[in-house]
Amino acid sequence: MWIRKYWWKLLGAGFLMYALTYGLLCPVPALDITNETIRNLFYHVPMWFTMYALFTYSVYHSIQYLRRAVDDHDIQARTSAEIGFLFGVMGIATGSIWAKYTWGTYWEPKDPKLNGAAIALLIYLAYFVLRSAVEDETKRARLAAVYNIFAFPMQLAVTYIMPKFMLSLHPSSADTVSFKQYDLDSKLRLVFYPAVAGWVILGFWIFTLVYRYQLLKIKSENEEN
Amino acid sequence: MKRIKLLVLAMFAFLLGNAQDAVPEMSDALRQNGKIYVVVTVIAIIFTGIISYLISLERKISKLEK
Repeated sequence: MWIRKYWWKLLGAGFLMYALTYGLLCPVPALDITNETIRNLFYHVPMWFTMYALFTYSVYHSIQYLRRAVDDHDIQARTSAEIGFLFGVMGIATGSIWAKYTWGTYWEPKDPKLNGAAIALLIYLAYFVLRSAVEDETKRARLAAVYNIFAFPMQLAVTYIMPKFMLSLHPSSADTVSFKQYDLDSKLRLVFYPAVAGWVILGFWIFTLVYRYQLLKIKSENEEN
Repeated sequence: MKRIKLLVLAMFAFLLGNAQDAVPEMSDALRQNGKIYVVVTVIAIIFTGIISYLISLERKISKLEK
């Protein structure tokens, strides 16, 4: 099973080691305002890719749960949503710091990309609250699965699709030049893609550890009863 | 003649203007004197530590599973 295999975890660690070190050393386009902070592309952006990857995995298991009510799907859906949420929080925190030194503020109150990201995290916060509010296990699993299937397209809409049609300071919105401007620099891609792959893999690695811990916990609880 | 002089002046002014354009400040000097590698090494050590910890966690969980 892929969860217990080592090779992909070490591959991801290799990608990350490369991105973390060469990301500071590689030549970058010299631009006003962004200056060296353009390197945040290798660190801030992969957080969101990792969040999307884990949320996608989560909604897949929610759909599977509704097709066949196997507890394992519920556990996987919840755990991957948790780890995805963690990466989303890190994405917001790093983005806020980047904004401070390029836009001059930690938070631009009316910016659709920023508020969309905050709304997305609140949507998933509500998912965890919903889970903790329902006592009955099967009821909780079914409700959570249905909620997750609504939550996933909603978070994609507010963080990715909606800001594309609105005015935002953030790159890849309607009025700002997308990252294509920097992407044209193939040197950035050389670090950016391995960084994304590395962080996504690390996210899934952490997920597998927490998931296996959850299984052990349930097993030991069942043995006690 | 006057036109040519003006043209030459305009070209000269263009060159002057170009020369005054400030290059965005980048930390090239930091890399030249080599000290950025200190930071890179520190990051590499921290990351190695975290990965080693994840591997040891992985082993502990595998043991428990058996």
